[in-house]
Amino acid sequence: MSWETLRLPLRLLLLAFGVVVIQEAAVSQISIFETAADLTPLVVMSVGLLAGSVAGAIMGFTVGLLVDVFLFQTLGVTSLLFITIGYWSGRLRELRDPSHGLVPMALGAAATAFAGLGMTVIQFLLGVDSPVSLLLLQQIFVTVLVNTLIALPVYAAVRRLLQPALPQDPRRRRRRAYATGGLSPLQTRSGGIRPMPRTSR
Amino acid sequence: MHSKQVRRRRAVVAALVVASLILLTAYFGESASSPLHSVQRGIVAVFSPVEQGASTVLSPFRDVASFFSNTFKAKSQVKQLRTQVASLTAKLARAQYAASQNAQLRAQLHLVDNGLDTFKPIAASVIFRDPNLWYETIQVDKGSGDGVHKGDPVTGDGALVGEVSQVGSNFSVVSLLTDPAMAVAAEVLDSNGDAGVLVPAVGNPDQLVLQDLQPNAPIQVGQQVATVGFRAGPLQDLYPSAIPIGTVASVGNNLANNGEVAVTPDANLRQLSVVQILTSPHSGSLRAQTTAP
Repeated sequence: MSWETLRLPLRLLLLAFGVVVIQEAAVSQISIFETAADLTPLVVMSVGLLAGSVAGAIMGFTVGLLVDVFLFQTLGVTSLLFITIGYWSGRLRELRDPSHGLVPMALGAAATAFAGLGMTVIQFLLGVDSPVSLLLLQQIFVTVLVNTLIALPVYAAVRRLLQPALPQDPRRRRRRAYATGGLSPLQTRSGGIRPMPRTSR
Repeated sequence: MHSKQVRRRRAVVAALVVASLILLTAYFGESASSPLHSVQRGIVAVFSPVEQGASTVLSPFRDVASFFSNTFKAKSQVKQLRTQVASLTAKLARAQYAASQNAQLRAQLHLVDNGLDTFKPIAASVIFRDPNLWYETIQVDKGSGDGVHKGDPVTGDGALVGEVSQVGSNFSVVSLLTDPAMAVAAEVLDSNGDAGVLVPAVGNPDQLVLQDLQPNAPIQVGQQVATVGFRAGPLQDLYPSAIPIGTVASVGNNLANNGEVAVTPDANLRQLSVVQILTSPHSGSLRAQTTAP
């Protein structure tokens, strides 16, 4: 296995470990309206959006497992939720290839809401006595709001970290070429389409 | 080629989901001494120095963010705290008089002093905390190597905050009072010393409920609630007596109907940065014995 093929997995592993440590050691302890931001679903969403569904799902599993291990939670719960987030973020990229700048924001909000509500449902299924109340919904809502605000910077940081290791996406290269104009043989300078020149035999 | 990619993608996702479900099922049915729990403890013990280092390195960022957060909160609390100061000043005068009387009577009866120092408290810094409402736990940087045992009481801001639920060589996990699994024998410091069991309030993670009280107990809002520290033959409470826990927040009809009162914890459980672990919680159990006739 060459160094080139290991670059992305190594960066993803480093990112997974780093985000879990930063989240639990610092971000969790900063109270914002009696709750805290949660970087982990945002990072998983960003990886899915940048690297595709398989990388997103694997990243979701790894980050979820690390969260569960470090916080002495039931293993597998967070992984199950984060696999879904990573996979569907990646599928969105593969199927729709959204290019709007605010997509990470909307997807970050959806990922955070899914993680919060999903955790509630799984805990119910596991039969854990829980503080279910309006306060729980309020906390999920505030976390979603805070995460929506920080989704863009988190996405930008993840993209900056992963960009050098990401394989070139042919569709993106093609779209960029059309957007800038001049590279298509079908286009004239004025932008109109002219017929392909026939070559004489 | 395309279908091969699709098959591979689906296989990877299915394998990850199955792995998560196997882990979940295996872990959920296991006891605390089972292999998966041991592996988890081992991994955390290995990475604990990294966690401590990260916690120290990131503390300036945490402090700056907390400064702004606390400043906004402090402004809204000024009026409430001024009223509280006026009420507490009067209480302090009465408490000082009672304390001096207590000291004199103790001296006359030759009773051993049982302050918290007797229980060999050690200070521990919070290195990890879970912001989730489902798991009310914190992780601290002291473990069995420092004399910490499972079940040791933990105090913070001068009040009981929870107990040690997991111990590693260089870290411990503390379950807070608001953890659904917690229950503490507690009494209201009223004229009767009405005792009950303190549990988290369902529906409000910032509140506790003192249950199993006498329906006609003379309990009033604002009275202090503290640990009982009972002893019945070989059975002994996990917690020493008289550790403050909180104050009675509301009484209402719940006392008459269900024998319950709402209690607000004295410590801010969501913003603990340093706690004290009472590593020898039963060393003060000789407190009722006289030292000399």
